[in-house]
Amino acid sequence: MTATNHTVAMILHRLNVLADALGRDAAFMEVCGTHTMSVFRSGLRSLLPANINLLSGPGCPVCVTAQSDIDMLIALAVDHDVTVCTYGDMLRVPGARGSLERARGDGADVRVVYSSMDAVALAQSNPAKQVVFAAVGFETTAPATAAAIHRAKNLSLKNFTVLASHKLVMPAVTALLESGTVHVDGFLLPGHVSVITGWREFEPIVRKYSLPCVVGGFEDEQIPEALVDLVRLVGEQRADLINQYPQAVSEHGNTSALQLLREVFEPADVRWRGLGTIPGSGLVLRDAYRAFDAKARFNLDQPEDREPKGCRCGEVITGAVTPQQCVLFDNGCTPTNPIGPCMVSSEGTCQAWFKYHRIGGQKRRRRSDTPPVESIDRHLVSEAKS
Amino acid sequence: MTSIHTTTQTDSRADLDARTPRGRIALAHGGGGQLTDELLDDLILPRLGNNLLGGLLDSALLAATGTDRLAMTIDSYVVQPWRFPGGDIGRLAVCGTVNDLAVCGGDPLGIALGLIIAEGFEKSDLAQVIDSIAQAGDEAGVSVVTGDTKVVGRDQADGIYITTAGVARVPRNRVIKPERVQPGDVIIVNGPVGEHGLAVMLARELPQVTSVLRTDAAPLNGLITNLLAHVPDVLFMRDATRAGLAGVTCDLARDCGYRVTLDEARIPIRPEAQHAADMLGLDPLEVANEGKVVAVVRPYEADAAVKAMRQHPLGQHAQIIGHVGHASDGLCELRTLIGGRRIIQKPYGEQLPRIC
Repeated sequence: MTATNHTVAMILHRLNVLADALGRDAAFMEVCGTHTMSVFRSGLRSLLPANINLLSGPGCPVCVTAQSDIDMLIALAVDHDVTVCTYGDMLRVPGARGSLERARGDGADVRVVYSSMDAVALAQSNPAKQVVFAAVGFETTAPATAAAIHRAKNLSLKNFTVLASHKLVMPAVTALLESGTVHVDGFLLPGHVSVITGWREFEPIVRKYSLPCVVGGFEDEQIPEALVDLVRLVGEQRADLINQYPQAVSEHGNTSALQLLREVFEPADVRWRGLGTIPGSGLVLRDAYRAFDAKARFNLDQPEDREPKGCRCGEVITGAVTPQQCVLFDNGCTPTNPIGPCMVSSEGTCQAWFKYHRIGGQKRRRRSDTPPVESIDRHLVSEAKS
Repeated sequence: MTSIHTTTQTDSRADLDARTPRGRIALAHGGGGQLTDELLDDLILPRLGNNLLGGLLDSALLAATGTDRLAMTIDSYVVQPWRFPGGDIGRLAVCGTVNDLAVCGGDPLGIALGLIIAEGFEKSDLAQVIDSIAQAGDEAGVSVVTGDTKVVGRDQADGIYITTAGVARVPRNRVIKPERVQPGDVIIVNGPVGEHGLAVMLARELPQVTSVLRTDAAPLNGLITNLLAHVPDVLFMRDATRAGLAGVTCDLARDCGYRVTLDEARIPIRPEAQHAADMLGLDPLEVANEGKVVAVVRPYEADAAVKAMRQHPLGQHAQIIGHVGHASDGLCELRTLIGGRRIIQKPYGEQLPRIC
């Protein structure tokens, strides 16, 4: 066993002892898509004590992007002959008009970029083409978009805009807690978002709702360590906030990034997929930067959101149901044929369950079997008819 | 090809260097006329020439195989960029096809080489590709015995596409297939995974990043011949190309019908590969390899198999990485570093476009 494995083994042992001493079930919500993935990929989920439940919260940015935003991006690529630049995860998310991937297959110019700056570079080298960057993500990625807009402004680019779809974590968590539908004993706070916002951002969870919170990292022993703290706090009936990712997270966060955000964006009430409109939960471009707003430049109206029939992504991302409780899970909705965004995104809860957790129960298809007939179109058609 | 030339000796390295071709490929080079002859005579044959290819017949005639079976395979190569750290499309084209034959337990007899070149491709670049083909062929001890060249319009191909087909002799009593795999059998890989795909991805997506990662493209027939000499009864072999190690082990599990368990602590992955994968948001288990073979043997043969692999330069880091279990669910799972478990799934398929 390596040194790290030994440490993790000891931490897990402690977790089991504390969970045992708790004498009851406890549920914690993690609001970071990367945490969802790390917990599965590291195999930690399979090692959790039986009475400790980890619920996934609305921490997957792709999963919470309104379907109408996807549809606007597709419209831009297909109807307005725009080059749409997107992070890879967005490519396959189903909107009402198919996906960006399908649009690309039909001839639309959709490009995957690793960085918002790549989109700016593309606009700079192709002045004849309009370039729109799909600005998706939480506080972690929003500063990169702000920096890209800044750069575009400095370069006086006339052909670069963003479709602003950034979301803020704390307003969503607040809305969840206010709704009274979420029953958790504490929060595993998002590591990367906290790097930007600082842990102080989440302090109201403790003060107003008396729930313990721990900021968790992502490597090896960091998530189990955070869980140990959470279980311990619950056992001691103590609402407190502990930063277990001090290497990267400070009290007030990355002030330059926050400054950049404040300069370019302002908070607004925005639509979350499956959750409706949440007050102050999104970022829109300030007036001074309106020239870089794709909605303004292309005069786009936000279409209606039409969720596919039977899709329970909204309940999955609020921890109300597990993926396996959705009737479509592995029954029409799979990573290769996703119906909802949770099955598409590499940080989506449903995909994580499907990829890493699903054991037994489902049919094993042999190579010689004919493939299943279901496709997303069938569900869109049934939705339209109803 | 319609003309017959006398056999040409492969030119020495000095001769070739002195005659680095200049200029670009034109459409007429693919027309089958004089310009095609010139291309063959000046650029291709001096680098690849051998008795069979030099004959320039419409088909190469190979020695009869007696009671052996014939293995045949084909692969196309459309990798972007065509040149990447440690290799190029030419090297891939030979190694990929040789390896597909080798994992069937075949002794390769020859390669057919199809080139589709875009008008405007630099002749010096083509020479480099042909040199790589020659070099890889030498390493494998396999020749290009027949070929074809086509040239298409500037915008119709990304520089160069290659298709190679190959045939091999397979002894009648050699049966290598997943149906033979049983619970208890052991899974072995010949070295660290994930490097080819990551090297190509970095070259394509982040060319400003310097990395020590190189493609692992290599012909595995020598390694496999040695393995079979020591452990004749290998049950299953596959090279872990597109879809990576995960792709092979998932297919193995599905096709043998048992649960395959891999041990994360034992899968060799270089730290540089892990870092690059983390940066790109990828899983090294799902990344393409071009010089890695996954073999399954009976448990009592495992040590001998690893030892045999380690005798060969391409198997120095061979490891047992997992085993076949009793559960008949055909799933592939990973025992993780921290002692947990998770499912391994075959990747969707568009993670690394045009890797090979």
